[in-house]
Amino acid sequence: MVQWTDFERATIQDIFSKIDSAVVGPAALSRCLIVYPWTQRYFGSFGNLYNAAAITSNPKVAAHGKVVLAGLERAVKNMDDIKTTYKDLSALHSEKLHVDPDNFNLLADCLTIVIASQMGQAFTPDVQAAFQKFLAVVVASLRKQYH
Amino acid sequence: MSLSAKDKETVKTFWAKVSSNGEAIGADALSRMLVVYPQTKTYFSHWQDLSPGSAPVVKHGATVMAGVADAVAKIDNLTSGLLSLSELHAFTLRVDPSNFKILSHNILVVLSIMFPTDFTPEVHVAMDKFLAAVARALSEKYR
Repeated sequence: MVQWTDFERATIQDIFSKIDSAVVGPAALSRCLIVYPWTQRYFGSFGNLYNAAAITSNPKVAAHGKVVLAGLERAVKNMDDIKTTYKDLSALHSEKLHVDPDNFNLLADCLTIVIASQMGQAFTPDVQAAFQKFLAVVVASLRKQYH
Repeated sequence: MSLSAKDKETVKTFWAKVSSNGEAIGADALSRMLVVYPQTKTYFSHWQDLSPGSAPVVKHGATVMAGVADAVAKIDNLTSGLLSLSELHAFTLRVDPSNFKILSHNILVVLSIMFPTDFTPEVHVAMDKFLAAVARALSEKYR
C-alpha cells in the first residue's frame, strides 16, 4: 500500500482544490497531443487535430480533457486505495481502448507542466515531488489490469 | 525525431527571450531534480550541501545551462559541436544517459513556471525535441 506523508496528502488535496479543472484537463490533454503527436492515434474520431491551433480549439479534446481530470479527482478522493478505485478504468484502457500504458507517463508529464505554469513559484521542488509521486501511483494503478 | 528548421527557429527565438535567466533556470532545474529524483544525488556525493538553492547546486546549475546555451549556438550540428562534452560525460563523469531525460524534464518544468505565457505547447515540443537531441549528442561517445 502507498504511504503518504501528511505533507504529500495535504499538497495533493490543496492542488486539486485550487485548480480550475475545466482549464487544466483540456490544457494537459491538448498539450500531450501537440508535444507527443503519436498519442493522437487514440483520437481518430475527434476530427481536426491537424496542428496545434486546431487541437487547442477542438471541442472534443476539451471535453475529453475534463473527463480525464474528473478521473484524477476520483484518485484524489481515494488516495489510500487508488489501485482499487482504478480497477475498472485500468481494464477499460487495456481491453477496450488499447492504450499503450507508456502513454500515461506522457500525459502525466504534460499535467505536471500545466500545473507548474498555473502555480508558479508555489510549485516548489517538494510540491513537485508530491505531485509526481501521486501521478506515479495513478499511472501504476492504470497499468495494473494490463496483461 | 530530428530538429526541423521550424524547431530550430522556435528554440533560438525562445532561448533569446530566456537566456538572461540561464543561471536561475539551471539552479532551479538541478534543485528540483535532486529532490524529485533522489537517485540523481548519487552523482554528487562529493558536495556538502545538496539542498535546493545551495552554493554547489547554484554553481553547477549555471555550468549546465552554459552547456545548453552552447548547444543552442551549435544547433545545426550538435553531434560535432558537443563532442568534447560528450567525451567528458562518457569517460569522466559516466552519467547514466537515462538521467539526461530526467534533467530535461526538470528544465521544462522550470521554463513552464518562469515563462507561463511564452512556454506554449509549440515551444514546449520544440524545446523537448531540442533537449532530447542534446542528450543524444552527449551520449555519442558512450560506447
